[in-house]
Amino acid sequence: MSIELDSHRTLTAARGRAAQRGLTTRQAVADRAFRVALLGATLLFVALVAGLFIELVHGSWESIVTFGAGFLWSSEWNPVTNHFGALPFIYGTLVSSAIAIVIAGVVGISAAVFLAEFAHPVVARPVSFFIELLAAVPSVVFGLWGLFVLAPILGHTVEPFIQRYLGFLPFFSGPIYGVGLFTAGLLLALMIVPTVSAIARDLIQAVPNELREASIALGATRWETATRIVLPSARSGIVGACVLALGRALGETIAATMVIGNRPAISASLFAPGYTLSSVIANEFTEATSSIYLSALLELGLILFVVSVVVNGCARILMWSMLRSQGRRS
Amino acid sequence: MQMTVVGATNDAPVEDEADVALRARSISAWYGTKLAIRDVSLDFRRHSISAIMGPSGCGKTTFLRCLNRIHESALGARTTGEVMLDGTNIYDPDVNPVVTRRRIGMVFQRPNPFPTMTIFENVVSGPRYTGLSGNPRELRDIAEEALRGAALFDEVKDKLDDPALSLSGGQQQRLCIARALAVQPEVLLMDEPTSALDPLSTLKIEELMEQLATAYTVVIVTHNLQQAARVSHYAAFMLGDADRVGSVIEYAPTQQIFTHPTDRRTEDYITGRFG
Repeated sequence: MSIELDSHRTLTAARGRAAQRGLTTRQAVADRAFRVALLGATLLFVALVAGLFIELVHGSWESIVTFGAGFLWSSEWNPVTNHFGALPFIYGTLVSSAIAIVIAGVVGISAAVFLAEFAHPVVARPVSFFIELLAAVPSVVFGLWGLFVLAPILGHTVEPFIQRYLGFLPFFSGPIYGVGLFTAGLLLALMIVPTVSAIARDLIQAVPNELREASIALGATRWETATRIVLPSARSGIVGACVLALGRALGETIAATMVIGNRPAISASLFAPGYTLSSVIANEFTEATSSIYLSALLELGLILFVVSVVVNGCARILMWSMLRSQGRRS
Repeated sequence: MQMTVVGATNDAPVEDEADVALRARSISAWYGTKLAIRDVSLDFRRHSISAIMGPSGCGKTTFLRCLNRIHESALGARTTGEVMLDGTNIYDPDVNPVVTRRRIGMVFQRPNPFPTMTIFENVVSGPRYTGLSGNPRELRDIAEEALRGAALFDEVKDKLDDPALSLSGGQQQRLCIARALAVQPEVLLMDEPTSALDPLSTLKIEELMEQLATAYTVVIVTHNLQQAARVSHYAAFMLGDADRVGSVIEYAPTQQIFTHPTDRRTEDYITGRFG
């Protein structure tokens, strides 16, 4: 008993001394090593991004020198005469991704609100599981389904229907092929909707219940509570989820390639075929026999890289300004 | 040892029928299959403060949450019994709980202002929902009146457009009171409204409660006996049985329950022998 007490006293005293002296050597070394390891891991990412960028610039240098800035707004893509321009691909990428994010945003957030706020867990759990399963489907499978199922349905039924009533708008005019920007956008939307809805659902569920109760106690309906209290509280995070999803849509290659039509043309109609930056790189990389051709493809890669960074940057600025206008939440 | 009953029965310390603002009859509440409170009946006198006290887990908060039908908003939660508000049973199938909650306001244990909104937007969020008013001038007036009612106006009048979360905890709780008042309820339910606050903020809210009782019927849940003794006119003591099912042990004017409790268990509780 007294020995126990003694050892306890000794231990306490030792701890006291250690606290006064600061850390033990072992702790100090471990601490430093840990910090260096973390810093290294972080710097690795910076180096990776910088290296990627430098390599892309290096590889596309010939094309940059040859075509100059005109590469960005030239619509010509002719491997025979070695004249290359990126505009149709930039257009195709941006338009198909825009269609995708608008549809996926609306559908994904709606589904998330339903699953988190209204559905009984007995329904919500399996449905959430299936939505997340959708994210695991390989994009080539999406592409096959898009080409053989979605494109015919759109080409024979949906697009003629839209054209009959909204055909006066340039977006919905012109001949219908089934494959095209609209089909690609819709397929991309299906592919990124799990990202939006799964993250949005988690964020909505993370909104403190106290806020829901405060709203309900004021005489708000569940709908009003969901749209005016819960969604705004999760807003910045949901925007982040959409950015993530948009990033995937911008870079998605194989599924887009299979249903977009692969024609380097700019048409006002969303029903017309198009081409994306990633699709043309994937399709023509093996046929790029001349060095200028290869260099032009690499420059398309550089543009895709820059577009992705710019889109992400814009979205981040948007999120940041929204957080600020919401009032410096600590 | 049972003491002699002095005037008060369990459920009716309010003598005059017309003075009853809210009458709970045989309220039982479940969480899933777990019975939380059994057969609670209490009358709340108009323009008075009634305190419900008792140890943790006795079901006092659950009972309070039955009074504005917010208990049933939790998954699997269920209530039986009646709550009469001005002669209408709010549990009647024809009564919409959403409308009822506009007549019976609630303040929660922890201040819960809406974090995305400014002070002003918080106060007027209720009227905006309910369509009571969309007119900006009217909303300003409602906000001022509610903030004055919650003794917060002078502190925030120059920063109504600041975020609600820029206020201190005590101010946030008074903001929540103002938010509840802006809907112009008849009854105000307060669920341990000061348990997350420092003593000074607590004092301010207790002073405020006395003012509120001149215009509203206030029901407060508290585990703080001194608070119940200080602010309430009537006090109920609830206790859970061996299965943790809560019921009312005693309900009487506060003075009486603290000086001459009729039940041994009440006496044990208020003299600090348990709980």
